[in-house]
Amino acid sequence: MGEVLVLVDHVDGAVRKPTLELLTLARRIGEPVAVHLGPGADTAAATLGEYGASTVHAADAPEFADYLVVPQVDALEQVAKAVNPVAVLLPSSGEAKEVAARLALRLGSGLITDAVDLEAGAEGPVATQSVFAAGFTVRSRVSRGTPVITVKPNSATPEPAPVSATVQPLKVLFGSAATGTKIVSRTPREDTGRPELTEAAIVVSGGRGVNGAENFAVIEALADELGAAVGASRAAVDAGWYPHTNQVGQTGKTVSPQLYIAAGISGAIQHRAGMQTSKTIVAVNKDAEAPIFDLVDYGVVGDLFQVLPQLTDEVKARKG
Amino acid sequence: MSLRIVVCVKYVPDATGDRHFAEDHTTDRDAVDGLLSELDEYAVEQALQIKEANDDVEITVLTMGGDDAKDALRKALSMGADKAAHVNDEALHGTDVMGTSLVLAKAVEQIGYDLVLCGMSSTDGVMGVLPALLAERLGVPQVTLLSEVSVADGTVNGRRDGDTASQRLSAALPAVASVTDQSGEARYPSFKGIMAAKKKPVLALDLSDLGIDPADVGLAGAWSAVDEVAERPARTAGTVVKDEGEGGRQLAAFLAERRFV
Ligand SMILES: Cc1cc2nc3c(=O)[nH]c(=O)nc-3n(C[C@H](O)[C@H](O)[C@H](O)COP(=O)(O)OP(=O)(O)OC[C@H]3O[C@@H](n4cnc5c(N)ncnc54)[C@H](O)[C@@H]3O)c2cc1C
Ligand SMILES: Nc1ncnc2c1ncn2[C@@H]1O[C@H](COP(=O)(O)O)[C@@H](O)[C@H]1O
Repeated sequence: MGEVLVLVDHVDGAVRKPTLELLTLARRIGEPVAVHLGPGADTAAATLGEYGASTVHAADAPEFADYLVVPQVDALEQVAKAVNPVAVLLPSSGEAKEVAARLALRLGSGLITDAVDLEAGAEGPVATQSVFAAGFTVRSRVSRGTPVITVKPNSATPEPAPVSATVQPLKVLFGSAATGTKIVSRTPREDTGRPELTEAAIVVSGGRGVNGAENFAVIEALADELGAAVGASRAAVDAGWYPHTNQVGQTGKTVSPQLYIAAGISGAIQHRAGMQTSKTIVAVNKDAEAPIFDLVDYGVVGDLFQVLPQLTDEVKARKG
Repeated sequence: MSLRIVVCVKYVPDATGDRHFAEDHTTDRDAVDGLLSELDEYAVEQALQIKEANDDVEITVLTMGGDDAKDALRKALSMGADKAAHVNDEALHGTDVMGTSLVLAKAVEQIGYDLVLCGMSSTDGVMGVLPALLAERLGVPQVTLLSEVSVADGTVNGRRDGDTASQRLSAALPAVASVTDQSGEARYPSFKGIMAAKKKPVLALDLSDLGIDPADVGLAGAWSAVDEVAERPARTAGTVVKDEGEGGRQLAAFLAERRFV
C-alpha cells in the first residue's frame, strides 16, 4: 500500500481532533504519514503514532508563523515529491483548503474540497461531498495526478491503531513566494472553555429570536448543562449578539453533531447548509410555519424564553 | 499613480431556488434563475471603497460564464465598476476550479492589474480556493479571507479572522485578495448607476483571445470527476408539539429517550 500524507492541524504540538479523523480515513486508502509544520512535533508524535502514523515529517521555521499559506505549500510539496504518496489529506479549514489548492496545482493534481467521507476505489480514493446546502450527495474522484483532498471535521470517528512514530526532521527550502504575505500580528481567540463548534457532539444555536446579546445567556445555560458548543445564525452575528466564529451556515461553520438544537432560528437555506447533516435536529420557534420545522426530529412551537429555561432545569434535574 | 483593480465575479444559480445537476453531473445552470453571487457583491463593494479612498482607480469586473453571466457584470457595473470583461466560450462547459483559475489568470493578465479582488467563495461550488490558485498562477501574494481590507502606498493590508486567531496581513502590490461577508454590506445600485451601466464597455473574450487550448479546460480537461450524484432524501418529519407550559419538559423527555441526557 502506498503512503498517504496527512497535514497535522495542531496548536504548538497539541493535535486537534480533525487530524485523528484524517489519520483514520487515511488508513482506508494507504499507510498514513504525518506532516507536522511548526513547533511541537515531538509532543505530537505520540498522538499521531497512536492513530497509525509511523512517520512524522517535521519542520519548524519562523516562516510558518510569519507568512501566510505559502510556506506550508513549499513544505508539503517537498515531502510529496520525496515520498510520492497515493494521496494527500488536509483538514477543511479556510487556510488548509488554500494550502491544498496551491499544492495540487504545483503537483499537477486534481483537488477535492470538503469531503465528508472517503474510501478506496478501483481508480483511487473516492470522496463523498455534501453539496447545494446539503441537498445532494456527490461521489467524486481525482482523475489526474496525486489526489489532494480536504475533509470536513466530524466526517469519521477517530479509531486508534497504535504504532511507534518516528520523527523525521525536514529542512524546507522556501521559494521566493513564501514570504509574499506577511502576518504582521496575531490575536489569539479567547478560550470560552466550551467544546469546539465543529467538533462538538451537541450544538445549541440561537438566532434572531434570541433578541439581544445578553439573552444569549439562555442559550449558553442550556449548552453548558448539555456539555454543548454554542452556535448562532448570521442574523444574530450581524446584530452583534454573538461572535462570527460561532456562526453556523454557508459563510460560517458546517457542523454535523449528534444533536443540533436551533432556538429562534427560521431555517433559511444558508443556515441549513451548515447544519442539515446533523444526526438529530431539534427546534424551538414561536412560528409554527418556520421552515426549520421541516427538518426536525422534535420541534416545540413556543417562546424560547419559556421553553429553554424549563428544558435546562429538567436536564439538570434528570442528571442530578 | 493609477491603481487597476480587477474584481472576479461569478454568475450562480439562486441558492433559494431548486438547484439540480444536469445529465453530465455539472451544475444545471438553466433550471434555476441566476444572479451575481452575493458573496462577490462584497468584493465589488470593497473595490468601490478602495476607489473612494484612493486617487485614479479603475475597476474592471471579470466573469467567466455563459451568455447569462453578463447579468452579473451589469449588476456590478450598476453598483459602480468602470468596465467589464466576459470570458465566454462553448469549450468552457464543465470546467473545474483548476481550469477556471487558468482562464481567469490569463484574462487578468490581459486586462492588466495591480489588485485582483475576489469573493470568499462561490455560492454554488463553495470551494473558496480560487483566489489562492490565482495567486499561485500569477506568482503574486495572496491576501485572502479578509474581513477588512485597505490599499495604501502600493501595499494591501487586511484582517483575517481564522479559527484560532485573528491576523493582520500585509503584502506588496500586485496581489490577489478575497473578502468575506464580514467586510461590510454591499451597496444597492442607484437608478443613476443602472442607467450609466448600460453605456459602460464590456470586453468579450474567448479561449483563442487568451491563448488557451480548449483541451486544457471543460469537462474533459478537468482534473477531477464526479461519478455519482444523489438527492439527499428529505428528512422524515418528526414530532412537533405546541408549548402549553410543558414544552421544555417534553423536549427533555425526547432528549432522554435519545440518550442525550
Ligand atoms: C450569501 C449568503 C450567506 C449566508 N450565510 C449564512 C450563514 O452562514 N448562516 C446563517 O445562519 N445565515 C446565513 N445567511 C442568512 C440567511 O439567509 C438568513 O437571513 C439567516 O439565517 C436568518 O437568521 P435567523 O433564522 O436567526 O433569523 P430570522 O429568519 O429572522 O428568524 C428568526 C426566527 O426566530 C423566531 N422567534 C422570534 N422570537 C422568538 C421567541 N421568543 N421564541 C422562539 N422563536 C422566536 C421567529 O419566529 C423566526 O422564525 C446568508 C445569506 C446569504 C445571502
Ligand atoms: N467563473 C468565475 N468567474 C469569475 N470569478 C469567479 C468564477 N469562479 C469563481 N470566481 C471567483 O473566485 C471566488 C472563489 O470561488 P470558489 O473557489 O469557486 O469558491 C469567487 O467568490 C469569485 O470571486
